[in-house]
Amino acid sequence: MSQAEDNAGSRRDFLYVATAATGIVATGAAVWPLVDQMNPSADVLALAAVEVNIADVEVGTQITVKWRGKPVFIRRRNEEDIAEGRAVALSELVDTDARNANEPGKEALDQNRTLDEAGEWLVMMGVCTHLGCVPLGNRAGDFHGWFCPCHGSHYDTAGRIRKGPAPQNLHIPISVFLDDSTIKLG
Amino acid sequence: MAGIPHDHYEPKTGFEKWLHERLPVVSLLYDTLMIPTPKNLNWMWIWGIVLAFCLVLQIVTGIVLAMHYTPHVDMAFDSVEHIMRDVNAGWALRYMHANGASLFFFAVYLHIFRGLYYGSYKSPREITWIIGMLIYLAMMAIGFLGYVLPWGQMSFWGATVITGFFGAIPGIGEMLQTWILGGPAVDNATLNRFFSLHYLLPFVLAALVIVHIWAFHTTGNNNPSGVEVRRGSKDEVKKDTLPFWPYFVMKDLFALGVVLVIFAIFTYFMPNYLGHPDNYTEANPLVTPAHIVPEWYYLPFYAILRAFTSDVWAVQLASFVTGGIVDAKFFGVIAMFGSIVVMVFVPWLDTSRVRSGKYRPSFKWWFWLLALDFIVLTWCGSQPAEGMVPVISLIGASFWFAYFLIILPLLGVLEKPLPVPATIEEDFDAHYPPKDATAPAAE
Repeated sequence: MSQAEDNAGSRRDFLYVATAATGIVATGAAVWPLVDQMNPSADVLALAAVEVNIADVEVGTQITVKWRGKPVFIRRRNEEDIAEGRAVALSELVDTDARNANEPGKEALDQNRTLDEAGEWLVMMGVCTHLGCVPLGNRAGDFHGWFCPCHGSHYDTAGRIRKGPAPQNLHIPISVFLDDSTIKLG
Repeated sequence: MAGIPHDHYEPKTGFEKWLHERLPVVSLLYDTLMIPTPKNLNWMWIWGIVLAFCLVLQIVTGIVLAMHYTPHVDMAFDSVEHIMRDVNAGWALRYMHANGASLFFFAVYLHIFRGLYYGSYKSPREITWIIGMLIYLAMMAIGFLGYVLPWGQMSFWGATVITGFFGAIPGIGEMLQTWILGGPAVDNATLNRFFSLHYLLPFVLAALVIVHIWAFHTTGNNNPSGVEVRRGSKDEVKKDTLPFWPYFVMKDLFALGVVLVIFAIFTYFMPNYLGHPDNYTEANPLVTPAHIVPEWYYLPFYAILRAFTSDVWAVQLASFVTGGIVDAKFFGVIAMFGSIVVMVFVPWLDTSRVRSGKYRPSFKWWFWLLALDFIVLTWCGSQPAEGMVPVISLIGASFWFAYFLIILPLLGVLEKPLPVPATIEEDFDAHYPPKDATAPAAE
């Protein structure tokens, strides 16, 4: 009987499997850097938090600041904005999650989206949850909040999606009042 | 090489024999150029040459533009202006490259619709068709990557919207999008890799083109009658075909000349007609242009993307069945890619045994409706999504899928085709009766 026919767990079989396994692992290890180099580099990841001075923001206006390469809307809402936002029942909303990174899992009620108890300050990512355009503000759109010009998504005065293709409310980033005139993002 | 019998290359001189035994490259060129080509090909068979020309034009102008372009967010926009104003003939090269992309897509759409009408995708040319669809996908990717490079407003926001498609995939979407962008948003890392890939992919495309040509040289060309070339003997082949060189090369070059006159009118007299003024404003991550529109050649698919909003019952059903995993955003992305994927499967979706649309009385109507649908969707994609546009887009998108998934499979069963000519020679002689009845027409 030749060695080739005696194939039940021979030394040769072991060498074949071991060689193939080593080859696969080595190929994977060689390919991984080629894939991983596409991920964000260290300087991109080293994103400092941003402190924003809001002393000059008048009631009924908003400012846009750049944070992690994306715009953040900081709106000082007026009475009308607050009243309209609080009048909306949860059942009227497309997305019932507040999408608030400061208070995860809360319902999308107006008071769960603002930074202060009175509901004056609304801080959120200026990135449409559809495909990432910057919505137009200052009571734009059918719900007097924001309107995304790309594909026609309408957000209300609390930045909640009400109409159009976007699936979620505008996201609220980690943000906190450092003092009366400074908001820290991140 | 070809399955059709014809005269092959015979090395004659001593050098030719010496070379042929070592590398049969002359033989390869000879057999490729002398391939027997159906003599009844009409003017819709010129787009292949136009496309080959476009590929060469884009690679040549692209390589020289890369010598002057800087892929950095702070310098890209200015380096394009530098090409336009300072580089010798830079304006001409850039306008040729930009309008060359439009000619490329114009020609490929006519080429694809030619194939759809004359049933060029049917057995035995499925592989040619599928390779063609891969080429088309590569063209879309290359066109998109290239449009980002000038770093204007449309570049930036187009890139944001298109890479957002990947973010719509449930679960891995966000990770995948970050991996593609190299950061949380479109930025320098994105621009750099897009430049690298925009330079690389055309060569992949060139390789696919060679496989495409190889495939249809193996099966032989389709032709307007859809009847195969007779392969019984070289004499039979000669009655149905003419060699590609010089007959079809001359015809194609003439057509290319006419097309290039129109191309020159665009390039030199209205170079920005097909572009967007917004792209002459430098990219600004904080301001979205009032109306984001892709280049004209993406508009039909852009319209399909936007057509499926959350109030469409199909979207609500998909969302309900998958427990919310497929939302309106992901559904739109699936529909857009799906509209191209259905075309890949058309060889098996079309059940009719008659190849050419010329002999299919009902098919003709549906085909022209599809062509009209394509134009209507192009228009819809160019308009803001308001008023009647969403409704028309939805009807147009639905018809696109219905044509491939319902109409084509059913037509093959329901339709009574007209009689098909027995041979290509018969089809040819019906149009051009032989002047002397005693002499065969092919001579």
